[in-house]
Amino acid sequence: MSDSHEELDLTLHVWRQPDRAAPGKMVAYKVTGVSTHASFLEMLDILNEQLVARGEEPVAFDHDCREGICGMCSLMINGRPHGGMRATTTCQLHMRFFKNGDEIWIEPWRAHAFPVIKDLCVDRTAFDKVISIGGFVSANCGSAPDANDLLVPKEAADRAMDAAACIGCGACVAACPNGSAMLFVAAKLSHLHHLPQGQPERLARTGAMVSAMDEAGFGACSNHYECEAACPKDISRDVIAELNRDYARSAFVHRERANKADGSG
Amino acid sequence: MSWFARYVRSTVGAKHVMAVTGLLLFLFAIVHMVGHLQMFGGPDMYNAYANFLQNLWEVKWPTRAGLLALLLIHVAVAIGLVARNRGARPVAYAMYKPVVSRSAGRAMAWTGMALFAFLAFHIIHFTAGQVQPKYFHTLDAQGRIDAYSMFVRGFQNVGIYATYLAGMVLLALHLGHGAASWLQSLGLRHPKYPADRLGLPIAAFLFVGYMLPPTAVLVGLIRLPGA
Ligand code: FES
Repeated sequence: MSDSHEELDLTLHVWRQPDRAAPGKMVAYKVTGVSTHASFLEMLDILNEQLVARGEEPVAFDHDCREGICGMCSLMINGRPHGGMRATTTCQLHMRFFKNGDEIWIEPWRAHAFPVIKDLCVDRTAFDKVISIGGFVSANCGSAPDANDLLVPKEAADRAMDAAACIGCGACVAACPNGSAMLFVAAKLSHLHHLPQGQPERLARTGAMVSAMDEAGFGACSNHYECEAACPKDISRDVIAELNRDYARSAFVHRERANKADGSG
Repeated sequence: MSWFARYVRSTVGAKHVMAVTGLLLFLFAIVHMVGHLQMFGGPDMYNAYANFLQNLWEVKWPTRAGLLALLLIHVAVAIGLVARNRGARPVAYAMYKPVVSRSAGRAMAWTGMALFAFLAFHIIHFTAGQVQPKYFHTLDAQGRIDAYSMFVRGFQNVGIYATYLAGMVLLALHLGHGAASWLQSLGLRHPKYPADRLGLPIAAFLFVGYMLPPTAVLVGLIRLPGA
């Protein structure tokens, strides 16, 4: 341990809501003796230990890998998703960035499509629905092909990988003034659409995933780019431009979509 | 539902409609502005231009109808989008700190509504001539509608000048976001070209272009013929 180790006493304002149907409210808690080496989620663990010791109900929050790769952690921290540090998930946010005596506001993602299950946990099934309608290729690929059998230019591979970095945490929706899921949906499309395997179903996939996004009740994109600033994986607004362009093609030139819409095919 | 109805009802299709109608209205705003800069060319030039447009009724009425249709579509689709976006976050955050979006961008619905009211005033004032009726419906020496004098008399009034100044501030705020936004909405923005930064210069260009003739009137650079 480095010499910089310190302990913090903090005041937390936390959203408490017993279940989906019950009303919730912000509740203030003191948490004491938090090491600056703790992660934000470990700080909440410490709070929960202190709550349990007092016989109070611990705060429910989502987490899994705690290493920034699973997308399970969330939390609006002081008005910013994941606390607002560039390219950092809540589990990778450390308490050394806070000062003794700080007040911290902790809320769940707020979106119609992400209803609160309990306290800080929200239901992100809406994202699963978008993925299940088009976030895959339906070609039968057989066993793994030989390396370099299918040539992919470096730039295309890089852009596909950049988009595939999306961990589906929902920070984009949480940050957007409109509660729009465009950055998420566009990232899922972009990571397939820069690869050869994604091309055959490109327009059908774009149309279907946008429909699923709209049905889930997410808002529309007003080009504020709060999503891009909040994304813990630094996904670029460029993917949204790709979606916007492909969606026009999907509506105006894609035959399958026209046939489906008028019931003739 | 037809494929087209599904398209324009989708969030992405609706944004395409906003971008295309907004762009066409913006192009009209440029033409309209250039027309008014002819105030600097004197009464003859301006009245010739105004009367040329007035008498071109085969073009005038379809253009007016087209502009009205564009405006109504732009507003109707915007209302739908705003309602949808409000509904997408039914419970507000106790603390919410936007970091990159501009307040003018987030206030598009408000500047849009105020602009709509301003346009209604502008049409009642200049097109129908009902706000300062005694200055309007006059003829110049050649027997043409004297648009030049009505422009000068109109903007010699500080209240009228202030109203148009407010209107142009709204237009600049609204276009500041719109002009930066439409290429992205249509999926035509490319990182090589700084489309996101188009907003401010375009807004400033229109604001200055529109406010030049009225300001010249107010400070006495443009005067009534013979004054
Ligand atoms: S807990 Fe897995 S990304 Fe944070």
